[in-house]
Amino acid sequence: MSSRKEEEIYQEHVLDHFEDPYHRGELEHRTHVHQGDNPLCGDQICVQLKIDADQRVQEAWFTGDGCCISLASASMLMQALEGKTVDEVRAFTAEEMLELYQARLTPNRQKCCLLSWRVSQAALFSPVQDGVDSGNREPVGGEQSGPHLGEES
Amino acid sequence: MASTDAPPLDANRYRQDFPILSSVLHGDQPLVYLDNAATTQRPRCVIEKIVEVYERQYANVHRGIHWLSDQSTDLFEEAREKTRRFINAPLREEVIFTTGATGAINLVARSWGDANLQAGDEILVTEMEHHSNLVPWHQLAERSGCRVKFIPITDEGRLDLEQLPALLTEKTKLVAFTAVSNVLGTINPVVEIVEQAHQAGALALVDAAQSAPHGRNDVQAWNADFVAFSGHKMLAPSGVGILYGRASLLDAMPPFLGGGSMIHRVTMDGFEPAELPAKFEAGTPPIVSAIGLGAAIDYLEDIGVDNIHHYAQMLTQQAHDVLEEVGGVRFFGPPPAEKAGIVSFTLEGIHAHDVAQILDQYGVAIRAGHHCAMPLHKRLGVAASNRASFYFYNTPEEIDALADGLRAAKRVFRR
Repeated sequence: MSSRKEEEIYQEHVLDHFEDPYHRGELEHRTHVHQGDNPLCGDQICVQLKIDADQRVQEAWFTGDGCCISLASASMLMQALEGKTVDEVRAFTAEEMLELYQARLTPNRQKCCLLSWRVSQAALFSPVQDGVDSGNREPVGGEQSGPHLGEES
Repeated sequence: MASTDAPPLDANRYRQDFPILSSVLHGDQPLVYLDNAATTQRPRCVIEKIVEVYERQYANVHRGIHWLSDQSTDLFEEAREKTRRFINAPLREEVIFTTGATGAINLVARSWGDANLQAGDEILVTEMEHHSNLVPWHQLAERSGCRVKFIPITDEGRLDLEQLPALLTEKTKLVAFTAVSNVLGTINPVVEIVEQAHQAGALALVDAAQSAPHGRNDVQAWNADFVAFSGHKMLAPSGVGILYGRASLLDAMPPFLGGGSMIHRVTMDGFEPAELPAKFEAGTPPIVSAIGLGAAIDYLEDIGVDNIHHYAQMLTQQAHDVLEEVGGVRFFGPPPAEKAGIVSFTLEGIHAHDVAQILDQYGVAIRAGHHCAMPLHKRLGVAASNRASFYFYNTPEEIDALADGLRAAKRVFRR
């Protein structure tokens, strides 16, 4: 069997982001944070943003756990968000997210790709208030963390 | 191969009966269907029976004073009788056609549960239940104030029955448990659990969705009060399932859904319910699906349910052996000899959905996710798992294809 077929979804640039993600970790001086999950597969992503006085995303980080597609797409998105204004982030559509990912996805896997996008949109409306992370109530784990069962299913 | 004994049946012979199994996917990959615990495929005899009924024998049942309705009614009732024999129920009126195992369990929760449960009462389920044998009891708890308690599982994926005596109290009104775990494949000691439930004064409901396709399901040997299962997991069309209930219990229960068929008489002021089984079969039932279930039972009995069970266990053992060789595979559940055709696992460092996605490219269909058992996955400490599930039409070569697909997944992810 050849590896030709997988390449459509698991292209080299996808695997690069998966194995060596951009800004995966905690952002210390975050101003906005939100966490969301995809109960179907147990994937969960927390997006942490530092938005400056000019309403521009200075830094974008993520934590969480999930499949290759959800983690690679989160990495790509963090790169894409930095430097954008809040209005530009808000205007960044799901279609643009799927284009950013490049590899072709079946409808079910599009949900994985759009998880971090969905969370990032919500993060814009989730400012950190008086040191309390409203969007980060649950511990966000590393590779071996247990499931985080959402309330959505 | 785990055993040098001749296999109990010839899978390649039976494959010819399943048109879908000769499918070729993605241009050149033969279908390797290993998602039988989700739903099985249909043999030609079931498909032809459906066509035959619709073309020549279809009308509504138990209604018409015409020839066609008599034909349809006879076939429908014949399917009930075949099902009764299949599960060895004492009486035909104890076999209720429902929409599936889910429909059957909800019927018990709504009818028996609402009439008999109150605040302070307890329902005992297990940590390995499918959501269909869990959520209806959560809903009943919300309505009645009763409490849902859990029989835990051991790290080996068996029920921890040492805990059972302490969990059973005079408050326990029902023990609802699965005969076979849809994730772990564990075959539970049904007779022992039912007996302990009865000793504590509780009723016992057995979710037989996974056990009905694999081996004997004798409701009298089990001494169960309620048994629920689905047709589509045992070669029959979707949309039909069975609730077996002890006649004395069903008689005392109020009707669940109201409508046609379930009444004896309706007046401006109210109604008198019909006798069993019609009392619980409101509206037009899944007529042709039920007749298809009868045809599926004929086919399964022709192969022999014990042969099917032994063959699936053989494949389960083989799957453990060849997947072990792949490396990085973590199995869930007890040893293969204690499983009914289900092997759940994770592949180290690769999410279940990525594994299933790559297997799909090789034509291999498995399930990935939480398999409608989120509490169990929480207990196992994983968000998602892969599940390969076998039936009598699967071959040893297909297990090898699964292992090859897993090796491909490891190559893609450089594991």
